Amino acid sequence: MTSRSEGPMTLAEMRTGQTGTVVEILGGHGFVRRLETLGIRPGKRLTKVSSTLFHGPVTFKVDKAQVAVGFGVARGIIVQVDRYLPPGP
Amino acid sequence: MMRILLVGNPNVGKSALFSRLTGIRVTISNYPGTTVEFTKGHIKLGEEQAELIDIPGSYTLEPSSRAEEVAVEMLKEGDLAINVVDATNLERNLNLTLQLLERGIPVIVALNMWDDTRHRGISVDTTRLEELLGVPVVPTVGITGQGVSDLVSRLPEARIPAEVRTYASGDERWARVGDIVGQVQTLSHRHHTWTDALEDASSHRLGGIVIALLVLFGTFWFVRLVGEAIIDHVAEPLFEWLWTPLLMRLSVALGPETFWHSALIGRLIEGQIDYLQSFGMLSTGLFIPLAAVAPYIISFYLALGFLEDVGYLPRLAVLMDTLLHRLGLHGYASIPTILGLGCNVPAVMATRILESRKERFIAATLISIAVPCAVLQAMIIGLVGQQGMGYVGIIYGSLFMSWVVIGMVLNRLVKGFTPELLIEIPPYRLPSGRVIIEKLWLRLSGVVKHALPIILVTVLVVNVLYNFGLFDALASIAAPVLTGLWGLPKETVVAIVIGFLRKDAAMGMLAPLALTAKQLVISSTVLAMFFPCVATFVVLARELGARDVLKAVAVMLVAALIVGSLQNLIL
Ligand SMILES: Nc1nc2c(ncn2[C@@H]2O[C@H](COP(=O)(O)OP(=O)(O)OP(=O)(O)O)[C@@H](O)[C@H]2O)c(=O)[nH]1
Ligand SMILES: [Mg+2]
Repeated sequence: MTSRSEGPMTLAEMRTGQTGTVVEILGGHGFVRRLETLGIRPGKRLTKVSSTLFHGPVTFKVDKAQVAVGFGVARGIIVQVDRYLPPGP
Repeated sequence: MMRILLVGNPNVGKSALFSRLTGIRVTISNYPGTTVEFTKGHIKLGEEQAELIDIPGSYTLEPSSRAEEVAVEMLKEGDLAINVVDATNLERNLNLTLQLLERGIPVIVALNMWDDTRHRGISVDTTRLEELLGVPVVPTVGITGQGVSDLVSRLPEARIPAEVRTYASGDERWARVGDIVGQVQTLSHRHHTWTDALEDASSHRLGGIVIALLVLFGTFWFVRLVGEAIIDHVAEPLFEWLWTPLLMRLSVALGPETFWHSALIGRLIEGQIDYLQSFGMLSTGLFIPLAAVAPYIISFYLALGFLEDVGYLPRLAVLMDTLLHRLGLHGYASIPTILGLGCNVPAVMATRILESRKERFIAATLISIAVPCAVLQAMIIGLVGQQGMGYVGIIYGSLFMSWVVIGMVLNRLVKGFTPELLIEIPPYRLPSGRVIIEKLWLRLSGVVKHALPIILVTVLVVNVLYNFGLFDALASIAAPVLTGLWGLPKETVVAIVIGFLRKDAAMGMLAPLALTAKQLVISSTVLAMFFPCVATFVVLARELGARDVLKAVAVMLVAALIVGSLQNLIL
């Protein structure tokens, strides 16, 4: 399997099941810190698990832990998503 | 005396270890934020006694909620810290460990959840970790007690590391954590388990909603079925066969129409004791808490304990987030709210896990107004249910609508902000039967211990006051509201007055009044809303402060006036 990247997007925009690397966290200082304490900071790998209807919270996995954040928070987490191409013939 | 603190991230097993170490029962549940207060106990350290303190979990030493503030304040007073670390989540946990070491307090690390590492494909080199941190590291399993005796015997080795590293920035500390984890942890592939499958299903966009509905109906069904079964097959037969004959003998001995007869046994109805109507201390006073209420408390807390320990509540919180934002809350406020369906006292305490003042005010006020505790619910089902479950439905519907509407109004009126949801969702765990039973016992004995004396005294006082005709005076004063707005007979004033103290006794006062179904619905709804019981009020005042609690009480009174009047108009 080869992997190639496309441009970064927000966690809110990612599709369920996609994995990527956090490149940046936008928001106030306190906010960035709180995410950090849960282990979410630039360089970490995360996988989006689900989103909820009506712009509700987004759930994702970091390391072995599952974390849920409000939609607004998810819009501040910028992720470089891995893009897997199907293995060639 | 030496003070030892159990410090660590939320939901890592601090309370489980505390319970194992001291033998004191504390609440242990599978969600972050179970403990919001500190609990003290004692352990033996060699010849000496030491004090052990269980504190709320915290992700950092810079608090972001009331519960975390409690934790950080306690830390200043500790002589030694047992740093409880979740072995399956090393990186995030070790960050706190490094912060603790920087504080210069002697530390020993309990590497908890050790049993969980294997099936998650994690292996940790504890000897190496011990070298790198410079303090002892002991693997433990909080729920079974494995490793706990090692932990105790190595407590004297707890120390401040020879060289204390300090970090110029958070990034630097994270880099060090990454370095340590890289050296001590090996991950191996593991198979998908059934809990993984269930986890995926319950966070699925639609699957989650379906599961939530199933859980909700399943829980209601379970609570009613089990509660009724205990009443029909255990509690009532016991009273009928064992207690009634004794009371009847006492009745003869005391002689009818004497003061003690009416205080202890109450009125005989057609020569018989009627446990709901006689209203003596030993008849109704014992029957209500033990036979009418306790069975539902048991069934409710069995169900709640199961959901808590499986780890379902945080998932429900995620689903409720969007709705709760309209009420000025976020999803995690659903946890105190659900606890409130058991008892409002711990529920109001649990609002400490919320970050902002506005949220805490709204959540606590809504719980006091519109979340009926299990005691009240048991009485509603027992008393109003006789007229048809439809009426019970009207009461629940009114309370739910009040919860939504008052929340929306408060969201507009109360200044401040509501932060966005930011929570960790624990893995599903197979609940330990022992934990569930112990937790049930803890809660049940709490309710009985608090309720029984107050109910007995209430029944006595009511009897005395009746004799002096005090209620007649009150009844005429309250008549405009009671009769005019709510359409209730003025005798219900007794129930309302008792409602300040306890809801079960208050509901008990309604039984002999021969109310119509509509009047029962209105009086139950008003009793639920107008004021919390005195125990809740005390906690509410402590958590909110004098000014805010007065505001909350104003909201309660206005809400009860409006909702009671509306019911009187519409029904
Ligand atoms: N498998 C496993 N589960 C554990 C262990 N220790 C605790 N648990 C479970 O983990 C959950 C959390 O335990 P608690 O003792 O409530 O955790 P806490 O650290 O006090 O949590 P907070 O009070 O929220 O900070 C409960 O469901 C426990 O049954 C352990 O060693 N192994
Ligand atoms: Mg705890």
